[in-house]
Amino acid sequence: MYALVALGFVLIYKATETVNFAQGDLMMLGAFFALTGATVLGLPYWLTIVFAVAVMLVVGMLLERAVLRPVLGYPAFTVVMVTIGVGFVLRGVVTMIPGWGTETYALATPFADHVMRVGGVVVAEQQLAVILHTAVLCLALYLFFRFTRVGIAMQATSQNQLAAYYMGIPVRRVNMLIWGLSAGIATIGGILLAPMTFVHSNMGFIGLKAFPAAVVGGFGSVPGAIVGGLIIGVVEALAGFYLPEGFKDVAAYVVVLVVLLVKPSGIFGETVAKKV
Amino acid sequence: MRFLFKTDYDQDLRLFKHRGQVFWYGLLFVVLLAAPWWASEYMMTQLHFIGIYSIVGLGLMLLVGFTGQISLGHAAFLAVGAYTEALLAAAGWPFWLSLPCAALLSAAVGIVVGLPALRLKGIYLAIATLAFGVIAEEIAARWESLTGGNSGLHVKPIELFGAKLDGDADFYYLVLALTAVCCIALANLLRSSTGRAFVAIRDSEISAACMGVNLARYKTLSFALSAALTGVGGALYAHKVSFISPEQFTLLVSIELVTLVILGGVGSLHGAVFGAAFIIVLPQLIAIVKDYLPAAVAGAAGLQSTVFGLVLIGFIIFEPMGLYGRWLKIRTWFELFPFYRKGMFRRQKTYMKSERLR
Repeated sequence: MYALVALGFVLIYKATETVNFAQGDLMMLGAFFALTGATVLGLPYWLTIVFAVAVMLVVGMLLERAVLRPVLGYPAFTVVMVTIGVGFVLRGVVTMIPGWGTETYALATPFADHVMRVGGVVVAEQQLAVILHTAVLCLALYLFFRFTRVGIAMQATSQNQLAAYYMGIPVRRVNMLIWGLSAGIATIGGILLAPMTFVHSNMGFIGLKAFPAAVVGGFGSVPGAIVGGLIIGVVEALAGFYLPEGFKDVAAYVVVLVVLLVKPSGIFGETVAKKV
Repeated sequence: MRFLFKTDYDQDLRLFKHRGQVFWYGLLFVVLLAAPWWASEYMMTQLHFIGIYSIVGLGLMLLVGFTGQISLGHAAFLAVGAYTEALLAAAGWPFWLSLPCAALLSAAVGIVVGLPALRLKGIYLAIATLAFGVIAEEIAARWESLTGGNSGLHVKPIELFGAKLDGDADFYYLVLALTAVCCIALANLLRSSTGRAFVAIRDSEISAACMGVNLARYKTLSFALSAALTGVGGALYAHKVSFISPEQFTLLVSIELVTLVILGGVGSLHGAVFGAAFIIVLPQLIAIVKDYLPAAVAGAAGLQSTVFGLVLIGFIIFEPMGLYGRWLKIRTWFELFPFYRKGMFRRQKTYMKSERLR
């Protein structure tokens, strides 16, 4: 679950070297669109996902066009602040839209509340679905980045924008696609998350938990994001179980600090000596 | 128009570059000194907050604007300062003793946080400080025997040399004096070799190290000083609101502080003060404009954060140098009239390259 959100972070980072602080809020927006699709338009579950992802693809691209393109070519920190601003705006705007507001909603799913027994281990179907989705998504993304022209262009853009320009890659358009894609992934994350956390305007804060996941794994590494997400998830569960109350929420951040102290660029991050 | 002929190297180092500056800053100071006579009670409160935020902003500006280290956990230093002050005041310590203690403790925490910063860069540093901020907030909420947990802590009014400082004007003068001292101290620091070392680290760590700047020492020093100033701000804040709880020191506050620095203009002391004023005035402006908006928008809980985000984005896109940059541009326009050109403040674009594969 964290892995999925972290994946969105890493994807954007990999492609644009930008950390998107608004990822959690994109997720929230996606979940709200899904909610609208399910309740107002009365779509079935699968169509809801398609609908929400499609809408969010457009939203992500528009965001890139409107807000991030003007700051293309500025220092990374500037872009980070822009995404923080975007997060604020999204969170605020959602409360203004009639029918969304500040209330909490539940998103009905076909696999709510079912429990399966796999070799004596009780697994909620809900969680299984999340894991399955994550796995499929990861595979799809891996194939996408490895074998398609667009995917490779995205990688090239991330490594060196100027060189990518020279090689004839339309960097701006690629950036736009990346934002669309990451918004789409955030949406899937949001929909999967919805039954567990419910849909409300502050659910984006879970995005801040995905940060540790991305960092622990090392930014810019897709397997790292998944492993990081797993580590954070497991540590949190264990901390909630063994340690006194209160440690659960902090555990993720403690892990991050420790990892950063030991290995400043994450477990899977490539370490390079910076040249002048 | 004024021409500055420099005939002496000392002129580069002077605190005031020319007489005009002395005059205008003096005038500003006199106007501020007279504030209790011209400001209403409500405005006085706003001035208190502007002063407090200025001190915090100056602290963060030193770190972000001059040393180039990002911190998303400054609310934690604010909390350390506030809680130290509250507890010491409750224990009966006089203000002149408890304030330095708050600053020192914050600085000590700053050093602890600064240590990992020696190895971390850019976004990793931001996240490490963010993690620290969240942890500190949680500690404040859980350490109930000391901080009172989520139910908060009452803060006694300031006692200074036996006299109670509880009037608006008294507190105002205290804040004003501390703000002025911080401004002058930082301005002095920045023209000293220490300040130059900070700026060198911001511009390029490698070249700074080559010039003999001890990176570890100066980065830690910057963190400590920044934290100390923030701690002072926190202590004043505690006295001002007279009730503190962990909710006042969340991640959002840290982000708000960074926003303050960016809105004001990264890399200028004026910017910190401008930013503080702006952050304080903005909610009031929103409250005024609210009456003219449709009910669905005006009544929404997220209005303030929306406007906040829009302003932040707008500033970064259209005025990356912040309020102070805008002021500089306007001033230059008048000074150079009619020779001002549009490109005078343009920055060179840098195309982002991966820091991973080189």
